[in-house]
Amino acid sequence: MTTPVLSTHKLNKSFGSLVVARDIEIALPRGVRYALIGPNGAGKTTLINLMTGMLRPDTGAILLGEEDITKLEPQARVKRGLVRTFQINSLFPDLSALESVTLAVLERRGDAPVWWRELPAYREAADEAYDILKSLSLGDHAYRTTRELAYGQQRLLEIALSLATKPHVLLLDEPAAGVPKEESEGLFAAIAGLSGDITILFIEHDMDVVFRFASRIIVMVSGGILLEGTPQEIASDPRVREVYLGGAHHG
Amino acid sequence: MDAAARAGVTPQQYFRSQARWTPLEIAFWLAAFLPFILFPTHLSLASQIAITALFALSLDLILGYAGIVSLGHAAFFGIGAYAAGLFSKYVWGEPITGLLFAGFCAGLVGFASSFIVARFKHLTLIMITLGIGFLVHEVANAAHWLTGGTDGLQGVRMWPIFNYFNFDLWGYTGYSYALAVLFIVFVLSRRLINSPFGLSLRGIRENSTRMAAIGADSRAHIRKIYTISTAIAGLAGGLLAQTTETVSLGSIDFQRSADVVVMLVLGGAGRLYGGLLGAIIFMVARDQFSGINPQFWYFPMGLLLVAVVMFLPGGILGGLARLTARWRNRPS
Repeated sequence: MTTPVLSTHKLNKSFGSLVVARDIEIALPRGVRYALIGPNGAGKTTLINLMTGMLRPDTGAILLGEEDITKLEPQARVKRGLVRTFQINSLFPDLSALESVTLAVLERRGDAPVWWRELPAYREAADEAYDILKSLSLGDHAYRTTRELAYGQQRLLEIALSLATKPHVLLLDEPAAGVPKEESEGLFAAIAGLSGDITILFIEHDMDVVFRFASRIIVMVSGGILLEGTPQEIASDPRVREVYLGGAHHG
Repeated sequence: MDAAARAGVTPQQYFRSQARWTPLEIAFWLAAFLPFILFPTHLSLASQIAITALFALSLDLILGYAGIVSLGHAAFFGIGAYAAGLFSKYVWGEPITGLLFAGFCAGLVGFASSFIVARFKHLTLIMITLGIGFLVHEVANAAHWLTGGTDGLQGVRMWPIFNYFNFDLWGYTGYSYALAVLFIVFVLSRRLINSPFGLSLRGIRENSTRMAAIGADSRAHIRKIYTISTAIAGLAGGLLAQTTETVSLGSIDFQRSADVVVMLVLGGAGRLYGGLLGAIIFMVARDQFSGINPQFWYFPMGLLLVAVVMFLPGGILGGLARLTARWRNRPS
């Protein structure tokens, strides 16, 4: 087996007595679509925060390819191709969609420190940003201010921003959160259409979507990984049912 | 902005239209020549306004574009003022080199402090900038042997600009000089704002967490713009020292730091012209009101400030922009 693109070893994190990550061991091979599922409070977003450097683990290591990135700043991890989106829209409200994505493209290309040349001189970057928006069917809305975009379009812009960084690994934190069911299909179709070179891990609660788009599933419960497997394995596992039936009583 | 109206616009054309000089802008700069004709006896006020506008522009670059609130920006204005004054006293009175020296000194101290400034946000950051302001003020106060302390720096003598234009009593040269420097710095700032770096700054202002998630090193950007901003503040201070041929502790005190924030908020931060407009309103109002009652001129200023932040969150320019947008989108 080849080296996984992203892996963690014995990752632990606690806030006081609350354990949010317990001996997390995962290894994501190239190009696989992973779903990360589990009841609320299982530590799914925490795991993404740990892997992207927004949180520091108490112990353990994170490897991108063969490089230990445990101590790197979030932006340094992005530069190496480990990129995330946010569950709650985290965008640039007053920038247009095109400006936002062009910004991400320019940061990736290392042009961002340049102050003496005006933006029209960066035609390739602007075209690339526009193409990304078009690929997510945001082409007609490229010149609109982010805050004017419909909610579903803002979710797509989240993904557009991450694509502009040319990720190897993309961690999507509930990409369809707050999007009506009929629109979330389209959104996941867009995600499924992304390059096969990109390894994707997404958090999602809708099991229909999970079983349709994930090639493998990781189940988390109270900070630890319960099990990992193909959708069929997960669907037939009695422990998973118990977790989800138990979780259903909270509603 | 109507998306349909923009159909057929390429991304490059879009960015070009963003960076284009508007007729209103050109009219603004032409109007800057009016004082020569309309108020030839008030040119020293006009020169003070141009200098203050430059100072407000320097603050706009960090506050309006990168979202860094500073309550100690006068420190760099003052460093520039003292640097220019001392340069003329101990080196020579040539204005251009003196001015560059002022910007260099302020930028150097700004660069050193940028490493602290880039690490913090919100109230902590405001307190740090306030503290830097107090520190520099007290250093200038204590170094009486060098700065003249509360007596002010005496003996500043300027040579003519290009060895030809004398600094006259009426302020013809003073205003021309200040206006020229303001314009040059404005053009460069405008270019900066429309550059990739300027876009990144707006990204930091809009959402600095997200900047890290697209791989941007926000701290490096902040260090850079803070250094640029402080150097420009130093240029403004240097201009004041050179055109008035004196430097007082007033050029470096908290009041000046607070005033410039007020001007920028009044005019509208993050719009380049906000600081210029704010400086004009503030300086003219001070000139007029303090003529009526020198003690209470902050009273109408306070009223205006409260009214603007309550009803026009984007400042006067922000309010005007919203009005014109509504007018353009009116149902026909």
